[in-house]
Parts: sequence; structure tokens; C-alpha cells
Amino acid sequence: MALLSVENLSAYYRTEIYGISRTVRAVDGVSFELKPNEIYGVAGESSCGKTTLIKVISGNAKHPLKVNSGSVNYHFGAHDVDMLHISQEELRQNLRWKEISYVMQGSMSVLNPVRKIIKTFEDIVATHQGIPDKKIFFEQVREHVNRLGLPPEVLTSYPHQLSGGMRQRVAIALATVFHPSLIIADEPTTALDVVVQRGVLQMIKDIQALSNNTILLVTHDMAVHANVADRVMIMYAGRIAEEAPTETIFNAPLHPYTQHLIHSLPMIGERSNKVGLRGAPPNLANPPSGCRFHERCPYVMDICRTEVPELVTVRDGHRVACHLVKENSL
Amino acid sequence: MSATDKLLDVQHVTVEFHIGGLVGGSLLVAVNDVSFSLDLDRPEIFTLAGESGSGKTTLSRLLLRDLDPTRGKVLFEGRDLATVHNRSEFKEFMKRVQPVFQNPFETFSPLRRVDTYLFDTALNFGMAPDRQTAARVVEEALRNVGLSLEEVSNRYPHELSGGQIQRVSVARALISQPKLILADEPVSMVDASLRMEIVNLFRKLRDEQKVSVIYITHDLATAYYISDHIGIMLRGFIVESGPVEDVLERPLHPYTKLLKESVPAPAPNEKESWAKPISLGTTEVKEYGRVGCKFASRCPHVMEICRKVDPPDVQVERQIVKCYLYTEHAEPAAAGIQP
Repeated sequence: MALLSVENLSAYYRTEIYGISRTVRAVDGVSFELKPNEIYGVAGESSCGKTTLIKVISGNAKHPLKVNSGSVNYHFGAHDVDMLHISQEELRQNLRWKEISYVMQGSMSVLNPVRKIIKTFEDIVATHQGIPDKKIFFEQVREHVNRLGLPPEVLTSYPHQLSGGMRQRVAIALATVFHPSLIIADEPTTALDVVVQRGVLQMIKDIQALSNNTILLVTHDMAVHANVADRVMIMYAGRIAEEAPTETIFNAPLHPYTQHLIHSLPMIGERSNKVGLRGAPPNLANPPSGCRFHERCPYVMDICRTEVPELVTVRDGHRVACHLVKENSL
Repeated sequence: MSATDKLLDVQHVTVEFHIGGLVGGSLLVAVNDVSFSLDLDRPEIFTLAGESGSGKTTLSRLLLRDLDPTRGKVLFEGRDLATVHNRSEFKEFMKRVQPVFQNPFETFSPLRRVDTYLFDTALNFGMAPDRQTAARVVEEALRNVGLSLEEVSNRYPHELSGGQIQRVSVARALISQPKLILADEPVSMVDASLRMEIVNLFRKLRDEQKVSVIYITHDLATAYYISDHIGIMLRGFIVESGPVEDVLERPLHPYTKLLKESVPAPAPNEKESWAKPISLGTTEVKEYGRVGCKFASRCPHVMEICRKVDPPDVQVERQIVKCYLYTEHAEPAAAGIQP
């Protein structure tokens, strides 16, 4: 059974200033499932709706973001949760950190700069669970940090004393303190260097292997997905363009946008000419008609300008939204 | 000004920052005995690569004369930058060396139209006597980056895409017809589908406009794609340098090897070497303060001597590497890097 099923989800930003209303269709008709025990990658460029999607599925949609239609259902072992109709109190009490946790991009802004790391652990655990005995708690935290391969000194350090990679790993250690079923990692390594990025991603993979939970990894960096994710979803302008197991995405992509993303990646040892895509990502307040990619697509046809392509399953686990690809054509 | 065949000649430059209070405190050597040079008549793209905190940005501030070196000299067209004092000389220098910054949305004020920057630059540098002639200069610069004045006039930064505005930023740098462009992470904020367009633009500038580019980045894949020479920085030192094919295809220094191996390959079948566990330095300041090779604590081939004395520059074929592993079978390199 799926851990999370998202059905036909649409979430729009609606603003009204001086009588001028504006709707930004950040997520439009997105359906996907997360299975237990997998790393699911979400890729796409900036302003394609990645972060909006995360906000909605983690129950953090706040004005002006509103869910327009669709459903978000979790199945945590014994109990099912409808994320769109849950009270803030229940979300805070039972779900946040315990079942769903969130690793963000800027770990410096996650950690309290005037408190030692161990105190930050204490704050979080005290809020969500309560600490009956501090001695046992400290022992547990030390063990947890040790298991993740972090040196014990980090617990008594202030955030500014640690390097960027170490801070990001502390943020991951915090997110996993209650062994959640789902960890959402939003661009966890974007600001980091390749060596540090490798260390952080290895830690994420180790955690997943250790506790068999699900990780939703959001990043625009396709090379990261190639090395970490089991399945990848490519988003373009608020919609799913393609979804497939990682190897299929890289070796046999079907959507022209995915093909461009894969083929434009520069690689060491290979110097063939790479080109950029013409045009620019569309403005979601006024998205193009039909397929949202048609203005930039090298294979554009008449039908693309008027009709929205449906997301069809071409093979088990491989879904594409493109008029070029007919159902079960492979 | 003496005659020279070097566009830019960086000679044993060191920058030290004093951290801490008036009494006590410690010294942080952000750039340590760095030398390299660019040829005058052969424009090239030179990459400075390294992780954050390796001194890349401090070095770029030196080259823009935003900072004076503690020791050493930076010569631009034979002239020592430390001797540039008055405003008109500095303006003359700025005309020859122009920067392109990382985030184009921060480079331009959101409340000003972007074309005003282009006109102001043209007028301030005396490239045109009035606005009418300036329009021609601006149009010319924009054409070089694949845009036209029509596309950008009366536009605010938010009305342009990330790729377009970064091209405007390059066009602005081109107005004064510089010999050298210093691009600090110019593509890291640009969307993936537009990134290659900017990268290709630098190549085009080198070939058609004869502009040399210093490309500062931590992205080795794009560095390999566009540059001619590369210098790998670690904690203030250039630990390895040479032609980009040699350095990135056959790295010599253990740190370059680690860097290259850590670049995730965009191919799901080649993840074995990447998945090999690595150890990370806990803090940056610790590594800066260390005596000897800064990589010693993480190096798999560490020797006794590495922890005591800074390793010398060793020339191995076309590469220069700062490592004791190569000292036995090679002569110490002459000062500077000969491209």
C-alpha cells in the first residue's frame, strides 16, 4: 500500500490587491504515489511548483496558497490521515516531526544561533514528546548522533562553529530524531560543495537504508537524482511532465523536456556542444494554453497549442504527459 | 607602463585577515602565495575552482582591486595594481576589467529599469558623448549576448527571465570593451534549461570578442566544458593547475581526485565510486590554521612531512601540483604557471 497518495491536486496562489486579483497556478492536476521504503526524487527548475507541492503535502499551505481541488492521503501503518482536512493541533501533536519531517535548504536558518545543538534537540523533543528524564534523553541523543556518524563534539557546539556540511547533517539528524515515516528534503545540498554534498547525500541514503522509511528528495540537480533517487518525477510549470524509475529517466526519457535536461548536462571527459533551451520558463500567472511546454518544444505540433496532454502510462511505472507519446506505444 | 606579454600576472599573492579583537586574535590566510598569469594576445577562459571558503572570492576581489594583497603583486598589462591611486587611473582600469556577479536579480535594483544601467555605464565610462550615441553602444553590447535593445528597454528585472537578465549583466560588462571579465559563479543561480546558454556565451566572447574570462565556480562539469586552464583552490592555496583536460581527466593531487570523484555523474549506472564513504572536515577555520598541507587530515596518502611543512609546487608534465607525492621524480616548478 502506498504511504502517500496525491490525486489530481491543484493548489493556486490567489492575491487581491486594490481590486486586481491574480492567480498563480503553481501546482495543477498533479497525481502521484509514494511507496514505503524508497527515495523519490522531484526535479524541475525554479518556479515549477516543487516547493508549493511540498507545502501542500506537508500541511503547510497558508494564505495566499489555497488548495483548489484534489486529495492528499497518508497511510501510516495503523491510521490514515487526510492532510487537507486535518486540524492544526492534530498536525502539530501527532504528525510533524513524528511521521513527517522536513529538511530545508538553509540549515543556518533552521538552527537557533544562540543555542547549542543539544539545546535545539531538547527544544524539539520537549515540544513534541516531553522529556521525563534529561539524563536518559542526553544519552539517546548522543547515541542517535553517533549512529549517523557525526562526531559527539557537535552537540556542545553553536551552529556558527560548524561548517556548512556539518550543519546540514545536524539538521538531518534533528529531522530523524523521531524516526519519521516520511522525510521531505527540499534542496538539501544546493548551497554545498561537491565533496560536502556527497557526504550529506551519503548520510541520507544510509538513514533510508537503516530505517526503511521514505524520502522525498527535491532538487533541480539531475546528477544528484541519478545517484540517489529510486524513482524521479520531472515537473514543468506546475504539472508532471514525466515520472519513471531513475534508470529509465536517464536512459530512455520520452518527454522532450526531460530529454533536453538529460542531454544538456555537462560531464567531465566529454566536450560535445551543449545548447540551452530557447525561451524561458512560463509565467504561471498566465500559463500557455495546451501543453505548457509547447512554446519551447522542438517537436511542437498543432495539437500541443490547444489541448493539454494527459499523463499516460507507457509502461509499468513510466508516465509521460506528451502528445508525441501514445498510450502503451512502447 | 612597461611592455609585457601578459594580460594579467599574479605574483605570489598572499592576503591575510586578522580575526578577533585588538589584542590577541588570530591570522587567517585567505589567499596563500598564489601565482598565475593570462596571456595578452591569446584570450582564454581560466577557471578557479574550489569549495566554499577556499579563497576564490577573496582572490577575485584582489583582481578587481577591491582589496590590496598583504604580500605579492598583481600586474594588469604590466602595471602593478597597488600603484593605481587616483580616480581617473582607477576608472581606466575598471574599463579594462569588468565583473559579472552570481545572482543577476541582486545585481540590478528591482526598482530601476535594466536599460538605465546599460546607458549609465556607457556614459560614465565615456564610451559615448550623449544618450543617442550611447544607444548604439548599448545595442552593440546587447547584440553580442543575443539580445536587442527593444527586448530590454523599459523593462524591470522581474520582467526578464533569469537567463535573459544574466545576459544583460554580461552585456553591461561588455560596454566598456574590457580585456578581462571576472565571472564569479555566473550560472549557479540560473535555471538548468538556460544555464548552457550563458556558458556558451563566455566561449563566444573569448572567440569573437577576444575577451579573457576568469571563471570562478565550484561546478567542475561546466568548468571542464568551457575553460582552457584551471586552478584548483584549497584553503587559500592553488593546489593544482594546468590545462583543464589534464587536470580533470588525470588529476594528480589527492584533493583534485576527491573533488572529481565527488561530482555526481548524471548517469545512474556509474554510482559505485561516488558511493564510497568519505570523511569531511568538521570546521573550516581548523583547516586554515593548520601547519603544512591543508589537506593532510583528509588525505589517504598522508606522510609525516605533510603535517610539518607546506608542500612545494612541482611541475609534472603540463600540470603544477602542490604535493609531496610528486617531489621525488620531478624538479620544483619555476615561479608562476606557464600556460
